[in-house]
Amino acid sequence: MTFDVYLNVAVGGLLTGLVYGLMALGLSVIFGVVRVVNFAHGEMMTIAMYIAITLFQALHLDPLVMLVPVAAVLFCLGYALQAGIINPFITRPEHSQFLLLVAIAIIIINVLLILFGPDAQSVQTSYSYDSFQVGKLIVDATKLYAAGAALAVAVALYAFFRFTAIGTAIRACADNYTGALVVGLDVKHLYALTFGLGAACVGAAGVMLVLIVDVTPSLGPAYTLLAFVIVITGGLGSMPGALIGGVLIGVTEAMAGLIFTPSAKSMFAFGILVLVLLFRPQGIMGKKAA
Amino acid sequence: MFARLFENVSRRTLVLLGVLLVGMFGAPLVASDYLLTVLILILYFAYIGQAWNIMMGFAGQLSLGHALYVGLGAYTAAALYVHFGIGPWLGLLVAVPVAALAGAFIGFLAFRFKVGGVYFAILTIAVAEFARVGFDHLSWTKGSSGLFLPVAQYTHNDLWLLRGQPVMFYYVLLVATVLAFVFCRALLKSRIGYFWLAIREDETAARSAGIDTFRYKMIAVVISASMTSFAGVIYAFYYNNLFPEQVFHISRSIEIILGPIVGGVGTLFGPIIGAFLLTGMSETLIAALAALGVDLPGAKQVFYGICLLLVIMALPDGVWPWLSRRIGLTEREK
Repeated sequence: MTFDVYLNVAVGGLLTGLVYGLMALGLSVIFGVVRVVNFAHGEMMTIAMYIAITLFQALHLDPLVMLVPVAAVLFCLGYALQAGIINPFITRPEHSQFLLLVAIAIIIINVLLILFGPDAQSVQTSYSYDSFQVGKLIVDATKLYAAGAALAVAVALYAFFRFTAIGTAIRACADNYTGALVVGLDVKHLYALTFGLGAACVGAAGVMLVLIVDVTPSLGPAYTLLAFVIVITGGLGSMPGALIGGVLIGVTEAMAGLIFTPSAKSMFAFGILVLVLLFRPQGIMGKKAA
Repeated sequence: MFARLFENVSRRTLVLLGVLLVGMFGAPLVASDYLLTVLILILYFAYIGQAWNIMMGFAGQLSLGHALYVGLGAYTAAALYVHFGIGPWLGLLVAVPVAALAGAFIGFLAFRFKVGGVYFAILTIAVAEFARVGFDHLSWTKGSSGLFLPVAQYTHNDLWLLRGQPVMFYYVLLVATVLAFVFCRALLKSRIGYFWLAIREDETAARSAGIDTFRYKMIAVVISASMTSFAGVIYAFYYNNLFPEQVFHISRSIEIILGPIVGGVGTLFGPIIGAFLLTGMSETLIAALAALGVDLPGAKQVFYGICLLLVIMALPDGVWPWLSRRIGLTEREK
């Protein structure tokens, strides 16, 4: 194998990794603010994937066009979930929250299974087999579009948290729960907004991933785990960290698939996680824990 | 030592325990084959739940990767049997240390570097997943194509080699569950138990009180892992086939911990009640859906999920603390 092959695979992994990063960003935002570990994260993404697939099959809408509407649907879903079910659990112990979200995940997986059946589905767009060539580098068009959209969403989210009043208020909740209550912020509402935003991120990531992977109802848990690995690798609560973690894991998986065997690639992702926990528990971009 | 086990136990509790014990020991006399397999499953989950509870309920360390210890125990014993003809009880001498080492490895990584809470939980998942993919590619245990134990029609039960009918496994698991229960009770009443509870409630305070938190958390992981691996050995010889995708899968780990959480984390009866409730519920749902003529893949799990959701919303501490107040038992292991 020549250097070109490695480079091509690495670039492909990098682009996929950016989409992974966006998915993980949703998890990071939710944990960073609400302090609830969303064990139904990958499952929420499969909901977005199936919405995208259904719309595509019915109306032949391009997934990239559906990005914003599907993200909006997931936002509403996330908001409702947090406001209706999870809010009473924010002061309960971790294992209690874990069970709650696992129950939600089980319900999501199996409702999707009932609705759509176990068979893998995919989306074929007009540009499915297009590619761009730069010198010896060949880049899949779908991956490039997906990665570009992921970056755009991430930048928009960053701007929201940095420059808007609501974004600032949410950051205040994350920094100091009691303080936020004292100054009169509606914390439960802000939590629900945050969960909605996290869900919208993973929804957007899901819409883009339908371009890259085949979708089955049982896809959820693997992506939930992947999101955890990425978030912890990159550093919990760090927005650039999630993207960098995503890229790192994306490239590692792609290279491992090339050099060893594709079925062993997730082993390397977990290997990286263990190494990070060992030598830099706060993650690559995370702040030093107190 | 023995007298302390019965300290502060009300007569009512003892009577209930006695009835339960007699009932369980007599059950195979009346139970049908189907019911017996369900009871075996219940005991299996009750036993592992008890083991998991040592880590989470006593020492406060949330493990989401207990399938790792089940799998290591199962694979070690099965591979020794298949390759060298070494029976399960001798195999235990290898299987338990292997699982204990794995537990010590995770504990060492985590506790040395103060990895706690959610991070610890993710680490346990990561190691279990690592093992799953690793065993998929390990040719000594036949990789992803699965490791099979030789089976035949058994006319008598060979307890030494664990080859025989379900009823033998039932009694082995029943004895194990009873022993685990007594052992956990003894642990809770010992110094270690009090240290664990102190660590669970407030680790910083425990450390300032002079408790070597690293050491006692390590002890919890190692005990829990060792106990769990025994269930793995039984699993291997009961089912006679092992696939990494099934044994190490994250959903196995989740299954294991649902029982004690639903039953009541940190209580001695929680894992047992949880196992009865969840396995019972699951089997009832299968029967009910079959009776209604619903043949949708996934329908059972949806109901199961909804039931879980309702239980955890209604009884955040689990069923047992609520039930024990209801039936007026003074004993409250908290």
